[in-house]
Amino acid sequence: METTVTKTGTEDKIWGGGNQPLKVSYGKMMMWFFILSDALTFSGFLAAYGFSRFKFIDSWPIADEVFNHFPFLHGVDAPMYYVALMTFILIFSSVTMVLAVDAGHHMKQKKVIFYMFLTIIGGAIFVGSQAWEWKNFIKGEYGAVETKGGQILQFVDAEGHRVALKDVALADSHKDRTRHERKNGIWFQKEGTLPTYTIEEIRAGFAKKTDLLIRTQTLTDKGEKTILSRTESLRRIQADAIGTVEGANLTHNEYGTPLFANFFFFITGFHGFHVFSGVIINIIIFINVILGTYERRKNYEMVEKVGLYWHFVDLVWVFVFTFFYLV
Amino acid sequence: MAHDTAHHESNTARIWKVFILLSVVTIVEVILGIIKPAFLVETTLISMKLLNWIFIILTIYKAYYITWAFMHMEGETKGLRRSVVWTAIFLICYLIFILLTEGDYVYEVFKAGYKAWDF
Repeated sequence: METTVTKTGTEDKIWGGGNQPLKVSYGKMMMWFFILSDALTFSGFLAAYGFSRFKFIDSWPIADEVFNHFPFLHGVDAPMYYVALMTFILIFSSVTMVLAVDAGHHMKQKKVIFYMFLTIIGGAIFVGSQAWEWKNFIKGEYGAVETKGGQILQFVDAEGHRVALKDVALADSHKDRTRHERKNGIWFQKEGTLPTYTIEEIRAGFAKKTDLLIRTQTLTDKGEKTILSRTESLRRIQADAIGTVEGANLTHNEYGTPLFANFFFFITGFHGFHVFSGVIINIIIFINVILGTYERRKNYEMVEKVGLYWHFVDLVWVFVFTFFYLV
Repeated sequence: MAHDTAHHESNTARIWKVFILLSVVTIVEVILGIIKPAFLVETTLISMKLLNWIFIILTIYKAYYITWAFMHMEGETKGLRRSVVWTAIFLICYLIFILLTEGDYVYEVFKAGYKAWDF
């Protein structure tokens, strides 16, 4: 079974295509060049993120304030811990993958099975963690108010702690506005979900609770968000605010500019898709290892090739981690 | 494949060593990211905070070890190594240079105030 090896009958003919100057098989070389092109795709995304960030250098959201959740610790400000844990899981699954490749070189089938199993589990945990991270991001935490110009205004108390919309709003129990659904109208139309609080409720509550202040997107010299004075806050909320935002999607984002959410969804989504497809490919090769395909082939190079892809996914995450969470 | 299994001695010790190295670097990054030492934030070098430079350098350091040790780039021939690594580094540096320069220019245009945006 020499299925991975193509014999052309020209092996001894130097000028007849028999040379292998790079001393690797066709499959492995093409995996390297695929990785190169994929790396350029990812750098395109990350460089575009850098472009947008430089464009809004003095008003970009602060990652520590956005990603500060940890499972089972509700309401605890835990910036970065969760994403650091995710990074460890991915690096560790990279280690088990390289151990599987190493075991493959020594034709130890049992060890390859064990290490590939661990790799697949690590990858699955990582994808799950990313889904959880997305959920928190989409749901949002405090909510904010959006202005006519698309700027985000957030609420803080006198000490500078964030205040959620539900603590600002003076809920109007006589609200007569209900969500228009398909079944109600003559015209078979519907509308999206109504916001939890209307802008009037927020305005009324803000005017009454005198210790509340508004925080704008603009960063100070120290890299913190600017907090407006009480009079200026009142002016902004009366004159400029047009609606409330809770959570984030592609057009509205309570954390700041919608571009931040767009890049977050696109880059981590594209990376997550790579992890997902990496897990699928790993499972296929894992089944082949169990079936003994590579034992019969006397060559575990397929494990090495998927290993290359898997390490590449880890490599990209190292950069995504830096540019989204650290810098 | 002529590239056979014979010359591969087990290098699990090195794998674990690289893992520990990568973990330590990640822990250092996280600790720096949480405490954000004031002097590193206040000092800027080529229009970027010193802290951010440290993060980027540590990231490249990690990337080097992942590529060289885990992806076993160190064992490939010079030709393959250079055609992959040099191509990537050249194109990425070029892309980053033009996009960040342009981004900074757009920022200056916004700041110059010909266009109202904060309303």
